Amino acid sequence: MSGLSWLRVLAVLVKEFKQLTRDRITYAMMLAIPVVQLTLFGYAINTEPRHLPTAVLVQEDSRHARSIVAALKNSAYFDFVAQARSPAELDRLLRNGEVQFAVTIPGDFSRRVARGDRAQILVEADATDPSATSGAVAALAALPDLALRHDLTGALASRQGEAPFEVVVHRRYNPEAITAYNIVPGLLGIILSLTLVMMTALSVTRETERGTMETLLSTPLEPLEVMIGKLAPYVFVGLVQTAIILVMAATLFQVPMGGGWIGLSAGIALFITGSLALGFLISTVARSQLQAMQMSFFYILPSILLSGFMFPFRGMPAWAQWIGEVIPVTHFLRVVRGSLLKSQGLGDQWRELAALTAFVLVVTALAMARYRRTLD
Amino acid sequence: MTLAIDVHGLNKSFGDKHVVNDVTIQVEAGRICGFLGPNGSGKTTTLRMLCGLLTPDSGSGEALGFDIIAQADEVKRRTGYMTQKFSLYEDLTIAENLQFTARVYGLDRRRERVDAALERLGLTSRRGQLAGTLSGGWKQRLALAAATLHEPRLLLLDEPTAGVDPKARRTFWDEIHALAAEGLTVLVSTHYMDEAERCHEIAYISYGRLIARGTAAEVIAGSGLVTLHGEGPNADRLAHDLAGAPGVETAAAFGAAIHVSGTDRAALEAAVRPYRREPYRWSEVPPTLEDVFIQLMSQSQDNVR
Repeated sequence: MSGLSWLRVLAVLVKEFKQLTRDRITYAMMLAIPVVQLTLFGYAINTEPRHLPTAVLVQEDSRHARSIVAALKNSAYFDFVAQARSPAELDRLLRNGEVQFAVTIPGDFSRRVARGDRAQILVEADATDPSATSGAVAALAALPDLALRHDLTGALASRQGEAPFEVVVHRRYNPEAITAYNIVPGLLGIILSLTLVMMTALSVTRETERGTMETLLSTPLEPLEVMIGKLAPYVFVGLVQTAIILVMAATLFQVPMGGGWIGLSAGIALFITGSLALGFLISTVARSQLQAMQMSFFYILPSILLSGFMFPFRGMPAWAQWIGEVIPVTHFLRVVRGSLLKSQGLGDQWRELAALTAFVLVVTALAMARYRRTLD
Repeated sequence: MTLAIDVHGLNKSFGDKHVVNDVTIQVEAGRICGFLGPNGSGKTTTLRMLCGLLTPDSGSGEALGFDIIAQADEVKRRTGYMTQKFSLYEDLTIAENLQFTARVYGLDRRRERVDAALERLGLTSRRGQLAGTLSGGWKQRLALAAATLHEPRLLLLDEPTAGVDPKARRTFWDEIHALAAEGLTVLVSTHYMDEAERCHEIAYISYGRLIARGTAAEVIAGSGLVTLHGEGPNADRLAHDLAGAPGVETAAAFGAAIHVSGTDRAALEAAVRPYRREPYRWSEVPPTLEDVFIQLMSQSQDNVR
């Protein structure tokens, strides 16, 4: 063996550098990934969200009730976005995900406070994602001592060591705050995206790269026939994966299977279709399997970080939530978690299903428009 | 006579590159037409336009009596196209590749046809072998079998024998001649002169323009080229001295001998005169197709400049 020649190393090194910068997508990815990651992790992700949407049901309009609402607001954890008129409406707002918290101030609240008779307010938290609510729930501990400090005078105020009322917290949908209840249904969305988008993108790009697409195009095959024939196997792959994940979620992790099967099935069908169409769209843009891989990765990254899969959606700043709303995984996660954990019905899920439908339509239209039946 | 291919004024540009420039080709049914020209001259693009893979920017014509643009589907159904690169599925077996092709063309009696094709190829015993494990020559024969499985009437072959050894090339060409004998029209691009000579006729394209057309003898005669053959010790080294001399259009060494060609006989003789001495011996020979093509190539380059 002859010694290490730096000149030869340099020859390889220079060649490698040139090739690295010649593929523009690779080059862009090299620069974009750190920028995107830093922005996302640095600005968008916040594991302790504040300003969570809260609905309130005030059954007595009193000074005390107003003080409690004001104190909740001051904690910066709660933003009051809705005033429910009935317990049923409050329940609906919590179930369909419009609010994270539902606060009930009962009709006899002031009276009980005055009598010192175990006055209570009820705070129901949507605990499907335990990390989204834990900070706010912890902050509730200080509420009884602070909320009515200015209201109570004389004998009522002087009752030292005993709070004037009690906050009852119900962690709905996931009372034991089990993280797996949130993560495991979420994984369905991530795993389906990972495999389906990437597999389709690669399977079509592979034909282009190997030159077999040219042969396919020279036969009487129609573009739609190619698309259906190539994508159908992956629909099957997606369904098998879904079945595996749901069975494992139920058996290994005891994730509740709350129901909402119609919405869930519709969501799964739309999501699989959308992911396949996206993969197909990528394959019409990518010129090599490497590029298809990189583009898929570029889609998967925000799907994991900005969809609410890993970090609370409501903890992100508004701009990040906007990006998140465009990502289909976000809506799919809401459907899956809503169905399994919250037993949502179609009435609760139509917005998410509509968003998924829009995604499918737009991406399919783009993919069909970009697909060329010739090599032009 | 019926024309299997009859296209005129085909043009195709990619960006600002004019790849095919006013190409007009006619090929009689049942003939093998060799399509020649330097790399990048527009051969592949022309073939792709003929089988509907590319849409010409302008120009029109018919293949097998169907309009190549409006009736591209009809043309596709009756045409076999073999790409430059092996483009069957390497991860499918030999038989599976043929079965796939048979289904895509919606053929009847599929099993029978596939078995017959395997039999003809002599691959019946290896039908379960992955296509990717075949040698270059076998791959091309398999691709040819796939391209002709639907019994097309027109066969477009894009450099089908590039990188294939001489024996396999000969087998391949024997098959092409057998197909032509059955009435199939073949347009085949190639860089090999021996293959060009096996064609019924030749079309030479350069920089997107068709510049010579006819049988091998017609093309040679039409070039007006005079070729001198020089022999003697180290005669091949004269190529360097003679190339570029006035009147010498091409000078190339052939083993120990040299071929100098030019269209102006007097000028060529004048250029060679200093070397008409011992130990060299000169004689006039008929130009080969290769001499003609190299001259055509350098001419058309001059035209472009």
